[in-house]
Amino acid sequence: MLEKLMMYFAFPFVRYAVIVGVLIALCSSLLGVTLVLKRYSYIGDGLSHVAFGALAIASVANLTNKMIIVLPITVFAAIMLLRRGQSAKVKGDAAIAMLSVGALAFGYMLMNLFPTSSNISGDVCSTLFGSTSILTLTVSEVWLSVVLSIAVLVIFILFYNRIFSVTFDENFAKAVGTKVGFYNLLIATVIAVIIVLAMNLVGSLLISALVIFPALSAMSVFKSFRAVTVFSAVSSVICAFIGIIVSILAGTPVGSTIVTADVFLFFICYLLGKIRG
Amino acid sequence: MSLINITNLKVGYEGQPVLSDINLKIEAGDYLCIVGENGSGKSTLMKTILGLQAPISGKIEFSDGLAQTEIGYLPQQSDVQRDFPASVFEIVLSGCQSRLGRRFFYTKEHKAIAEENIKKLGIAKLKKRCYRELSGGQQQRVLLARALCATKRILLLDEPVAGLDPQVTEEMYELIKQLNDEGLTIIMISHDIANVQTYATKVFDVNKISPAGSAVLGGESLC
Repeated sequence: MLEKLMMYFAFPFVRYAVIVGVLIALCSSLLGVTLVLKRYSYIGDGLSHVAFGALAIASVANLTNKMIIVLPITVFAAIMLLRRGQSAKVKGDAAIAMLSVGALAFGYMLMNLFPTSSNISGDVCSTLFGSTSILTLTVSEVWLSVVLSIAVLVIFILFYNRIFSVTFDENFAKAVGTKVGFYNLLIATVIAVIIVLAMNLVGSLLISALVIFPALSAMSVFKSFRAVTVFSAVSSVICAFIGIIVSILAGTPVGSTIVTADVFLFFICYLLGKIRG
Repeated sequence: MSLINITNLKVGYEGQPVLSDINLKIEAGDYLCIVGENGSGKSTLMKTILGLQAPISGKIEFSDGLAQTEIGYLPQQSDVQRDFPASVFEIVLSGCQSRLGRRFFYTKEHKAIAEENIKKLGIAKLKKRCYRELSGGQQQRVLLARALCATKRILLLDEPVAGLDPQVTEEMYELIKQLNDEGLTIIMISHDIANVQTYATKVFDVNKISPAGSAVLGGESLC
């Protein structure tokens, strides 16, 4: 088995997949805690569908670097969604649902109207479930992913205390002069970046799992915000690593294998939490 | 000397006034209670004082070197907070967020301030406990300790005893009284008239604002 693994690791694209996969898993778990606690769990899902629609546009336009279109559109959608949350006429979850299914339908239609290859359903499936995209990354995409992941990580660490304050109590934070609007914007932007990154790894339908499961696992066992954040990051990285290795060895789809590992870990943590009371 | 001077203030949402003709002087050392029925605009008034929303018209002036962001605030608890996975220390420390300035991380002094306020409110034993496991009264003490980290002079409390049982309520009032005796100015929203009469030195009833705006009720007499 080890030999087989070594053989695979001789290929640069396998090494890329592991590096990028682990980094993405790390980033996506960080803001999970904030999203779950702010009751924004579904936002990841909504945004990933927007990203799907944007990707369809990029494919039709035949761009080599699709992120140029996907990233700004998703960031814009994230900002709009979080802004709405504050002055909601259309309630948050309804707005997300509208945007999400709308973008999904639009993207699928575009892909059908302007097919870029003969295998449309294969393309769609790959975008939705990320089946092979992590293994077909170009060198420039790998670099972009690495740079963006590091940026997300640095921003999160630097603003950790502010993100905590804004998550725990927005009104208090605002009353003592913290620029809540700015930090919400920052959170929205970072989420959008993470979603776009994670599309390569697990595809747009499974991104929420990557964001939510590590956070929920950690929350059912740990009792301080720092411990919860650290554990969700560590567990997400481990699950992604295991998932990628298993998928290489067993030939299963990468995204769903990683998510299965996350789900499995969640149940273990949940039971642990119940036992400890 | 007055800390906050409110003149001809009109508050409300999206241009719709809820309360108008508010004239109020808050002096250092006051224990002011804002009373009134549910939906009468108490919270709106308070949010306006805190700067969470803009006044429709009128003025709120802060004097004696007090800034709007130096008010310690004890909000009503939200659902998000009740099951929040954070330790007591983390939450109290977040009261120092306005002291961060351009820094990213809390310093030793900030942590010392948090420790001090945790001791002051008698929750030292709970320091490492998870917030969501605490009782309602304990949670209020944690939030009060956080508010104390944000201010040295004035506290604004939004129904601090809501949902607490009678004994814990009594303890909470004693605690607030003690803070007031130590020189903190207190502004409290409440509809607990009986206790308001015992503790407050000034009462402002939002339902009794006269057109002249002179519902500023000086003494203990009015309720």
